[in-house]
Amino acid sequence: MSDTPRLELVGINKVYPGVVANKNVSLRIMPGEIHALLGENGAGKSTLVKFIYGVQTSDSGRMLWEGEEVCLSNPNAARKIGIAMVFQHFSLFEAMTVEENISLGISPELTKGDLSDRIRSISAQYGLPLDPNRHVHTLSVGERQRIEVVRCLLQDPTLLIMDEPTSVLTPQEAEELFKTLRRLSDEGVSILYISHKLEEIKVLCHTATIMRMGEVVSNCIPSNETPRSMAEMMMGENLMSPQRPDRQTDGTTRLQVRNLTAASTHQHGTALHDICIQVRAGEIVGIAGIAGNGQRELMEILTGEVLAPEANKISIDGTQIGRLDPVQRRRIGLGLVPEERLGHGAVSEMSLWENGLLSGATRMNLIKNGFIGVAESSEFAQEVVEEFRVKTPGVNHTAKSLSGGNLQKFIVGREIVQKPGVIVVLQPTWGVDAGSAAAIRQSLIDMAAAGTAVLVISQDLEELFQISDRIAVICRGRLSEARAAENVTPEEVGLLMAGVELDGDNTGAG
Amino acid sequence: MLVRLEQRLEASKRMVYLSPLVAVFLTILTAMLMFGVLGVDPVKAIETFFIEPVSTVDGVAELLLKATPLVLIGVGLSLGFQANVWNIGAEGQLIIGALAGGGLALAFYDHSSILLVPGMLFFGIAGGMAWAAIPAWLKTRFNTNEILTSLMLTYVGLLVLGYLVHGPWKDPDGMNFPESRLFHDSALLPILIDETRLNIGWLIALLVVVAGWILISRHIIGFQIKVIGMAPLAGAFAGFKEKKLIWVTLVISGGCAGLAGVIELSGAIGQIVPSISPGYGFTAIIVAFLGRLHPVGVLFAGLLMALTYLGGDSAQITMNLPNAVTGVFQGMLLFFLLASDVLITYRIRFGLSKTRMKAGE
Repeated sequence: MSDTPRLELVGINKVYPGVVANKNVSLRIMPGEIHALLGENGAGKSTLVKFIYGVQTSDSGRMLWEGEEVCLSNPNAARKIGIAMVFQHFSLFEAMTVEENISLGISPELTKGDLSDRIRSISAQYGLPLDPNRHVHTLSVGERQRIEVVRCLLQDPTLLIMDEPTSVLTPQEAEELFKTLRRLSDEGVSILYISHKLEEIKVLCHTATIMRMGEVVSNCIPSNETPRSMAEMMMGENLMSPQRPDRQTDGTTRLQVRNLTAASTHQHGTALHDICIQVRAGEIVGIAGIAGNGQRELMEILTGEVLAPEANKISIDGTQIGRLDPVQRRRIGLGLVPEERLGHGAVSEMSLWENGLLSGATRMNLIKNGFIGVAESSEFAQEVVEEFRVKTPGVNHTAKSLSGGNLQKFIVGREIVQKPGVIVVLQPTWGVDAGSAAAIRQSLIDMAAAGTAVLVISQDLEELFQISDRIAVICRGRLSEARAAENVTPEEVGLLMAGVELDGDNTGAG
Repeated sequence: MLVRLEQRLEASKRMVYLSPLVAVFLTILTAMLMFGVLGVDPVKAIETFFIEPVSTVDGVAELLLKATPLVLIGVGLSLGFQANVWNIGAEGQLIIGALAGGGLALAFYDHSSILLVPGMLFFGIAGGMAWAAIPAWLKTRFNTNEILTSLMLTYVGLLVLGYLVHGPWKDPDGMNFPESRLFHDSALLPILIDETRLNIGWLIALLVVVAGWILISRHIIGFQIKVIGMAPLAGAFAGFKEKKLIWVTLVISGGCAGLAGVIELSGAIGQIVPSISPGYGFTAIIVAFLGRLHPVGVLFAGLLMALTYLGGDSAQITMNLPNAVTGVFQGMLLFFLLASDVLITYRIRFGLSKTRMKAGE
């Protein structure tokens, strides 16, 4: 192969008001190379990728494509020279077929002729099974991603950018994707792979560029590194692993869900079938699953935003709460952390003390005769900020002004300070930097040790294995039996996530 | 040199209060330009429009009298608007409130009682609330759009008013004019300043401003209104009930409009006539936004908007300008306010950006 890099960036700078997003970033990707772009949230990866894909301009710096300087003003120009991108969030129309979706996203010349034949041949060639006539809403998340990949491949790219592609896949699906990517690499396609899953970068990528606070801090060969050493390069400090005391799973049952069946309140949602789970005092139970398999519906019915069909379906410490509203459930001792930080867990335009009031009003007695206790609310928010080391100039600042990790620490801390008997957490560390994630996991472990029953619903298997005592899997609205974490492997969980029934006698605790 | 808009990191608190002033300034500037083009002396026109009406005690009293219904309705509407509940039918609620209160006055037209005025105010509030309860019920029960239902009910209210003054409530001794009897003196609001029409309705409006301020900034209902308006999902997470807030905000704004109607009737008019309001219920929508949906802001906006009514009158009388000038002023105010609101989340930067310079080389 030639020595000319496919893509070379020299001294890219980009400043947003108040933030330096990219500072003198240089990067070089050779033909056929799988190049990892690593960094915590806010390290400047997205800004850099947006520049490469022509979505955004830089303040200064040069971009060389096959040795020649180019200036891309929009994604069309990027696609024209051979750059394609698979985004983390898909842009697909649920009510349309695979073929219709693909034809909408590519340049008109490519839709001429028999598109569905070309889709079939590309999907066969690269091991991406896909039926052009299926409707998107009937497909799993993994299959939907294949649509995006096939859409890119139809354009014969020479550089493929993938943004966090495996965050929605089971381990098995991820392995299939890697095979495809390796095949593409063998054919000379360069791949820029953005992820924070260090294990997979170690096995997949040839080289890695590590960014921190807008700058390139290191280049490395992932196969020569350990995930831990790469994490420390990303963070610039030593990584703290959560420390957990001995398991204590003999506590009394605090949260019990019995034979819960409920239709979804969302279009194309997932109905819940016969969900049974119990969480005891002092234990963390993890629920794994691919997004869209009923997690949102389960969460809504646990929070009380949607009521259960009968009161006895859910109980906390023996009290039936199925028909109670969120305020009444909090009074009984339920703590809740929703998935979306802005707009669900917190109001972005409101100050931290008002966001504290949002969930703490009942248990912290912040309302007197219908009037808001401003001093008490501020004290409560201040306590959360101090105890959970939330970086903010003060509780009068808006939730929006905090970084994702800091806001998540505030939202989780806000529940913990209220000392709930049961806490339900959806995606505790989604999009949170590694340092904050470790702190949040540790606080969940400490909380369980203090006698709280903790239920964590997450797509991050690594996280679940790190903190859970027992793990169950949700798939198509059904929940598997929770098994002791030490008696189940990530591969088994992955199969359950994909909907494969396991034979309990062979893989269970026995 | 180029002018660019650059997004601010946090919304500017200062611009929230400055932007209405910028809007007023731009309105006056444009108006002067317009007068100049029309061949009218711009300075004199502005003086006639904004200064002359308030240069006498009587003028100030008239200003406050006009501002009373605008402020009352504006405060009520601003609560609903913050919760994304769009009551566009305050005009209809004003009419029904006025009819309820006025009906009581007519029922006791030959009685003298100190209870009559409080009773009328109570009936006025109840009438406005009842009229606003219809869109609230339709929205919470059938998910209808309250913008349409409340607006359509305004026309129903107007027809009810027309029927009553042309039919059952017509003054038997009124030579067939479509007007009711004149109210008894004890059905009229006490006057604040002798020789003027200014009545205690203005004090009631000030009280409502204070009550609205406390409600929105210190009461849990106000907090719920803001949360539901900004992030409905966060409201659900906190356990706030959206349907309850739809009811609360519609009924409060309806009550305020009804109160404004009965105050207008028993303070400024003194009998039921075919046109009770020159569109206060609609103008109050501009007042609510001009006042930043904040009760104190609404107070100032109400005064400003009342001034445009008076200014229009005096421009008509002394300068022979058409009455449409009032509408032009109100329209320009809203237009420039919406335009200057951009500055709350953006700032103006002069000069070329670096990338543009590079591209231009």
